[in-house]
Amino acid sequence: MDKTENNKAWFMVLPVLLLVAFNAVIPLMTVVNYSVQESFAGNVFFFEGSKWFEQVLHSDRFHASLLRQLAFTLTILAIEIPLGVAIALAMPRRGPWVSVCLVLMALPLLIPWNVVGAIWNIFALPDFGLLGRALNGIGLQYNFTREAGDAWFTMVLMDVWHWTSLVVLLAYAGLMAIPEAYYQAAKIDGASRWAVFRYIQLPKMRRVLTIAVLLRLMDSFMIYTEPFVLTGGGPGNATTLLSIDLVKIALGQFDLGLAAAMSLIYFLIVLAMSWVFYTMMTRGEART
Amino acid sequence: MTNTAATVVRGVLPRTAAMPARERTRSRVGLSWLVPVLYIVFLMAPIYWLLNMSVKTTNEILGSFTLWPNDFTLSNYRKIFADPVWYNGYLNSITYAVLNTVLSVSAALPAAYAFSRYRFLGDKHLFFWLLTNRMAPPAIFALPFFQLYQSVGLFDTHIAVALAHCLFNIPLAVWILEGFMSGVPKEIDETAYIDGYSFPRFFFKIFIPLIAGGIGVAAFFCFMFSWVELLLAKTLTSVAARPIASVMTRTISISGYELGVLAAAGALTIVPGAVVIYFVRNYIAKGFALGRV
Repeated sequence: MDKTENNKAWFMVLPVLLLVAFNAVIPLMTVVNYSVQESFAGNVFFFEGSKWFEQVLHSDRFHASLLRQLAFTLTILAIEIPLGVAIALAMPRRGPWVSVCLVLMALPLLIPWNVVGAIWNIFALPDFGLLGRALNGIGLQYNFTREAGDAWFTMVLMDVWHWTSLVVLLAYAGLMAIPEAYYQAAKIDGASRWAVFRYIQLPKMRRVLTIAVLLRLMDSFMIYTEPFVLTGGGPGNATTLLSIDLVKIALGQFDLGLAAAMSLIYFLIVLAMSWVFYTMMTRGEART
Repeated sequence: MTNTAATVVRGVLPRTAAMPARERTRSRVGLSWLVPVLYIVFLMAPIYWLLNMSVKTTNEILGSFTLWPNDFTLSNYRKIFADPVWYNGYLNSITYAVLNTVLSVSAALPAAYAFSRYRFLGDKHLFFWLLTNRMAPPAIFALPFFQLYQSVGLFDTHIAVALAHCLFNIPLAVWILEGFMSGVPKEIDETAYIDGYSFPRFFFKIFIPLIAGGIGVAAFFCFMFSWVELLLAKTLTSVAARPIASVMTRTISISGYELGVLAAAGALTIVPGAVVIYFVRNYIAKGFALGRV
């Protein structure tokens, strides 16, 4: 659509600008402020330059949580994206079952995040939970509150449970946008199931899948509540992801400078990913 | 029409080529039926367990392991509806989520219109900046939010949480609404002006009814994201406006073995989502994709 040049449109954007700026700019500047100062008793400040940043960048603790975060993000992407596409492909295209599938699948997306953690906590408890009982019943020594490996398994499974439906819904929306004529043409050519997927469905889903991958990438970087409720970051520090570590430092130890510097580094990582997301989305739009 | 086309195609194809293809399709349908069913079973199992726990007595939960409640009870739910700490938690959550929805959608409406119809200085940068706030991890903002809202005297009020959730809900609402508005042809605006409509009259009388569906979807998503978010809501409240989510975490940490009540509270938080989801089932993908499907 051609848009009219009109700088007065700024007035229409103003309420949004003020509301978001109040919530984004002031807190962000507070963080920047803390990140270059040393505080005593929370009210006396000294300028410290880049000390906190150097400390964060050299801290083993930060490296460890960043590594855990990356491992978590890559694991869930590797599971959720193919699984979501496979389920979307197998879903019915029309009929009464479509609504049933959509409603049931979307349900986990709309559960409060701490309840997701609580549900999985109850579900996986080794003595009272269905999953815990079942795994112990088949002879596995499963206890997610004691074993780091089990905690990871539960956390990943929880995220797959929580968010795979997002990939399914997006992929399904992409599939439904393919005109029937494409399939008929493929049928006439005698195309195999794989060829239909590779040359018709996958290219048509490319845009929604880009959105799905990037959303999962960024949202998994912000994850806090679910693993916090499930494991509290434990056992030890085994499931302490970036956000959990940050909150521990900022609100737990009240280490303002360190937490602020870590926040900014974290924010820059996310900002870089958002930029990639934005350019890929807008480029995709310009092409179609 | 597509049916006739398919019949024609099938009739034209040589028999030998058509038969295996049709068989292949049938066997695929037979198997693929199973995939969504298994997936849904996987999704429902933890929810079933939650419901199961919520109607058991504490004795049964601690004493024995049963797949369904032997001693069916609603006492856990009764406890929640009788205790003001619990049911106020629900009321608090609903209050700030509704406040936030109204704030976000009404602020986002004119902005989305501006983005969909006009080019102005810095529009693309502004759009990107809005998006970065949707992507910012709330953990970064927890501490400064606490101090900001305390210094302006809004700490532990519903409006504080509603305002704070604007951080990610306004960008979301702008994106969704912009997507819907760009689907309305610009000629409608122009015709209205030629007919002598003023801008506000056009906007409220003609334009808003045209994108009513989009407003509904945006409102739904704002409510939902405000409802599911916990970190900021917990940070900005202590007693008066404490959200249900926060009441629940406290129960987990204090009395680790009141699993029944915890399960009942969890089951009740699923209800709002389960009720409204039916109305937006066809738009839910669009909402999560920020209006871009």
